[in-house]
Amino acid sequence: MSTTAQSGSAVMSLAPSTHLRRRNLIQLVTTRLMALATVISVLVTVGIVLSLLPTTFRLLREITTQVFGTVWAPLFEPSQYGMAPLLVGTFIIVLIAMLIAIPIGLAAAIFLSDYATFNLRRIVKPILEILAGIPTVVLGLFGLYVVNPEFVEKYWPIGEPLAYTALGAGLMTGILIIPIVASVADDALSSVPRAMREAAYALGATRREVATKVVLNAGLSGVVAALILAFSRAFGETTIALMVAGSYAKLSANPGDPMQTMASFIGFAGIGDAEVGSSAYNTIFLVGTVLFTVTLILNILGNRFISRFREVYE
Amino acid sequence: MATTSTSLQSRVSVNRRIKDNSFTTFLSISIVASLAFIFYIIYRLYNNAGYLLSWDLIRFFPSYDIDTAGFQAPIMGSIWVVGFASLFAIPIGVMTALYLEEFAGKRNRFTALIELNIQNLAGVPAVVFGLIGLAFIARGPLSWGFTVGSAAIVLAMLILPVIIIVTREAIRAVPPSYKEGALALGATQWQAVSKLVIPSAIPGTATGTILAVSRAMGESAPLLLLGALSFVTFNPTGLDSGFTILPLAIFKYAGDSREEYQVLASAGSLILLAILFAMNLFAILLRDFTLRKRNV
Repeated sequence: MSTTAQSGSAVMSLAPSTHLRRRNLIQLVTTRLMALATVISVLVTVGIVLSLLPTTFRLLREITTQVFGTVWAPLFEPSQYGMAPLLVGTFIIVLIAMLIAIPIGLAAAIFLSDYATFNLRRIVKPILEILAGIPTVVLGLFGLYVVNPEFVEKYWPIGEPLAYTALGAGLMTGILIIPIVASVADDALSSVPRAMREAAYALGATRREVATKVVLNAGLSGVVAALILAFSRAFGETTIALMVAGSYAKLSANPGDPMQTMASFIGFAGIGDAEVGSSAYNTIFLVGTVLFTVTLILNILGNRFISRFREVYE
Repeated sequence: MATTSTSLQSRVSVNRRIKDNSFTTFLSISIVASLAFIFYIIYRLYNNAGYLLSWDLIRFFPSYDIDTAGFQAPIMGSIWVVGFASLFAIPIGVMTALYLEEFAGKRNRFTALIELNIQNLAGVPAVVFGLIGLAFIARGPLSWGFTVGSAAIVLAMLILPVIIIVTREAIRAVPPSYKEGALALGATQWQAVSKLVIPSAIPGTATGTILAVSRAMGESAPLLLLGALSFVTFNPTGLDSGFTILPLAIFKYAGDSREEYQVLASAGSLILLAILFAMNLFAILLRDFTLRKRNV
């Protein structure tokens, strides 16, 4: 190449040909375009923060310490802004959901990583994916029409459960997050090195002992991540809580009662097409800020555990 | 072989064997229960509303008269909103993934920040996206109102991080030797990526994207805030058109205490499940097919 170029031929000159210049230009333009697209995801986050904070601070300056009260009635006159009922409602529903999802989700993960054959895995994984694909509105409908009247109303021993119950919402949210626990924990358990299992088997451990004492311990940070991320998902679930637990922010410790969660309040108050600047409008942003902050912290924590796990085994 | 394993097993104490067997039973029951739940939910919905299933249910528009009530407007609304959301989110998501995997160079502070941001964006509760939609898009600076366009932007933001994550995984699964070969022959980075990496990553990207889009199809919470719960009896005509979506049509009927509306809600759920299962099945088959092709 270089020798022909030295011979003085115009076509073979060392200066880049138009073709070469064109492809370099394409490279430059596409790279810039892609960098621009990358910025959009950051803009979305910035947008979320900017949409939440100003309204939240404006309202907080107005109501100050009222948020620590025990009555939540921002849509009534006079408005009351005690967040305790929402916090308790959210906590109870998430707790019930975790009580369902931890055993079943972890069982599914252990089954997939240590018990299932390759072919069984190919059947069980899609089942979990289909479960994950059931929309929340359908789970809510099932909770409202089936779980509440046929199970909670009939068998819950405390009080007299009516059409809306936190228990029903918690159970349905639990089913929603089973696939999250299962898939994140399965990723963690499946990447525990085979040698650790074999060493335990060689020492005479049974399959259960290998799975629960060796693999589960070795993959613990991944399992913790699974639980944190599932918790976060349950925490922000709106539709199920709204349909099954109702929209009455009752401060109660009895899961048979109706309750409102932070997320379901946003959904409920948002339906009414609140006027910009009205009390209802401002309040959903206040609650949104709390919801966003808590889930953000949980997610950062969860992802930290995942990356710690990856560093060790991958 | 069989005798060896029994003699080995007999050396394990009875107590441990019982524990092991009951643990296996517990695991199996958990899996079977999950599967049984899926069937039970479908069975109950079908039991409640199976007799309503007919093409009329898809053809008719929402109505207060159960005999002529159907889901055409919500189904079309869902298709419009999710269609435009995909149109916005997929190109941006794929470009972001390509940039992060192929063009951003070594991990630096900028890419680390973007990665952290995408991870956390994927975990933001869906209803919060409704809040940004309400503050900036439907009202506020953009003031686009409760329209197909507003809703599509909100759902696009919701699925963007998911699309980025699945596309990056698909790109990472392409053997680097493909690209390195092209680069060694003098191709630019973009030529190598566009001619070799992108085609090989398409099946994986498609699988993940279909799953993300089906999630958007079933999502109800953020659009509660954007007026999608209103009683709409017309199909969308454009981005400025009012709309409702299938999940929220179900939500609306479900909240009505009259039994015939509850039946309609169940019927709508069966339609929604059918659409989502079809999308999921397609995605799973596509992945299975690609995996098998790659293994051969």
